[in-house]
Amino acid sequence: MTDQAEELMKSGGMEIDVIPVSGELNVGPQHPGSGHLRIYVRLNGDIIEEAQVEPGYVHRAVEKLGENRNYIHLIPLVERPAILDSIHMNLGYIMAVEKILGVDVPDRAQYLRSFAAEISRIASHLYGMGILAIFIGHSTGFMWGFGDREVWVQILEALTGARITNSYVIPGGVRRDLTPTIVEMTRKAVTYMRRKIKDWENIFLNNPNVKARLQDVGIMTREQAIEWGAVGPNLRGSGVYYDVRKVEPYAAYSRLDFEIPVYKEGDGYARTLVRFEEIQQSLNILEQIIRDIPEGQILSDRFFKQIPPTRLKKWWEGQRRVVMPGYYASFRPPKGEAVTRVEAGRGELLYYVVSDGSAKPYRLRMITPSYRSIYVMQNLLKGVRYADLVSIYGSLDYFPPEADR
Amino acid sequence: MQKPIDVLSQALQSKKIPVKVESEGRASIEVEKKDLVQVAKVLKDLGFDHVKAVTGIDYPDQGRIQVVYHVSSYSDVNLAKVIVALKTWTNYKELEVPSLMEVWKSAWTGERETYEMLGVKFSGNPDMKRLFLPEDFEGVYPLRKSYKIKTEGLFVDRPS
Repeated sequence: MTDQAEELMKSGGMEIDVIPVSGELNVGPQHPGSGHLRIYVRLNGDIIEEAQVEPGYVHRAVEKLGENRNYIHLIPLVERPAILDSIHMNLGYIMAVEKILGVDVPDRAQYLRSFAAEISRIASHLYGMGILAIFIGHSTGFMWGFGDREVWVQILEALTGARITNSYVIPGGVRRDLTPTIVEMTRKAVTYMRRKIKDWENIFLNNPNVKARLQDVGIMTREQAIEWGAVGPNLRGSGVYYDVRKVEPYAAYSRLDFEIPVYKEGDGYARTLVRFEEIQQSLNILEQIIRDIPEGQILSDRFFKQIPPTRLKKWWEGQRRVVMPGYYASFRPPKGEAVTRVEAGRGELLYYVVSDGSAKPYRLRMITPSYRSIYVMQNLLKGVRYADLVSIYGSLDYFPPEADR
Repeated sequence: MQKPIDVLSQALQSKKIPVKVESEGRASIEVEKKDLVQVAKVLKDLGFDHVKAVTGIDYPDQGRIQVVYHVSSYSDVNLAKVIVALKTWTNYKELEVPSLMEVWKSAWTGERETYEMLGVKFSGNPDMKRLFLPEDFEGVYPLRKSYKIKTEGLFVDRPS
């Protein structure tokens, strides 16, 4: 074809030179999609020969600041890396602190933790899908993702008092109790979301354009996923059955009935399908929680007893909230260390807290799911077409602030 | 059925690797720097297939830094319940640890971060350069205890 065109042009008095294009490009750092990140790519024509993911533009030094603050003051800080999924960031940290302190959490609080965590997961997945949609040029998906997320964010607001950065989980329990209004809101939201997922299927998942951009793009085999240490829906999209909620149940998950969707394909479409099926599983979990949640305390007795009776009367009996007991101000946990993991929206979140017996952690290590996706993305981008970069980035649900911490 | 942690500790003890079982899902192994790669290979043969975290902890009073690898398994559903902390020490005078990238590729991010934040060099890792820190960052190794941060004075916790 080219020869023909060249001949035609020559006969018309025009000539073209075919020059092999190779060079370097910076994607970002000005917010390529979901936060500031630079991807340095070396191109040969349309093919990416090498990609270097360069995070760090939204680094908050959580680990360093963690060594300079009291345990309780760290709750708002550890939430900042992923404000959309702050319940999980909060929960993992508190579980580590509780492990060092040796605190038992009442059943009702465990259910409430799962309740908040699942809402957070749905909101996080919808956000990720919205970002993926706009990455591949589907603006409706972007609007829908953020619109549907609003429903869940409002439930979190009614439950915790804040839309994001909820600081809901505290050592020994949670801050506020479930009210009949929230139960009603959740019922409505579950029905709404079930209906909406059908719309999502029609307009997004079964859309030929979306399929063309995602299917067989960014394929990660099972072996690669394990070797690169992928997490969460990305790992399950590559055929690995691994979910912390099943492997090492925390909160109320050992008493809840749910399934872990796993796809073998390993492409961007499989990762997207995993996220949608997880939303459906989360809806089932939420229904079970509002049906089965036991009555009782929402804060461990050890701390509950320290709240002065006048404040208990005003806040607990009046508004079903607990106020922070004085113990929290600057408690010193015993020497020791704890490793905890939770299944956050984007995947496994690991905390490693070392205590030297003082009021501040000696070392706080926070390994977020996106942090572990850095290496995955860098490897997946090798050898793909440049136009697929955004599709792979979006399908991994990589969130730069979460990776940078 | 035997608990996965018991299977693990028996397998390691038969190879004369000292293992400390902390709970049903946690164990730790402390090894000399020179034995690190060899022990890692034993763990890999047992089914531990990925690194979850690489952590450096600075102990200035002892003049050394501890490097901790948290490893676990994806492919073995039972072993996935266990996280093993593989610990080793390195002296201030010789801040170099053999990289475990030849055993587990997933150690890449953590080793690179530990290098830039604490200055521990991982020999064998091809990317021993900065990852999160900017190129013009002043002062080195922010996660060392000797690196003091400026506080604003508005919200400062009393010294403990």
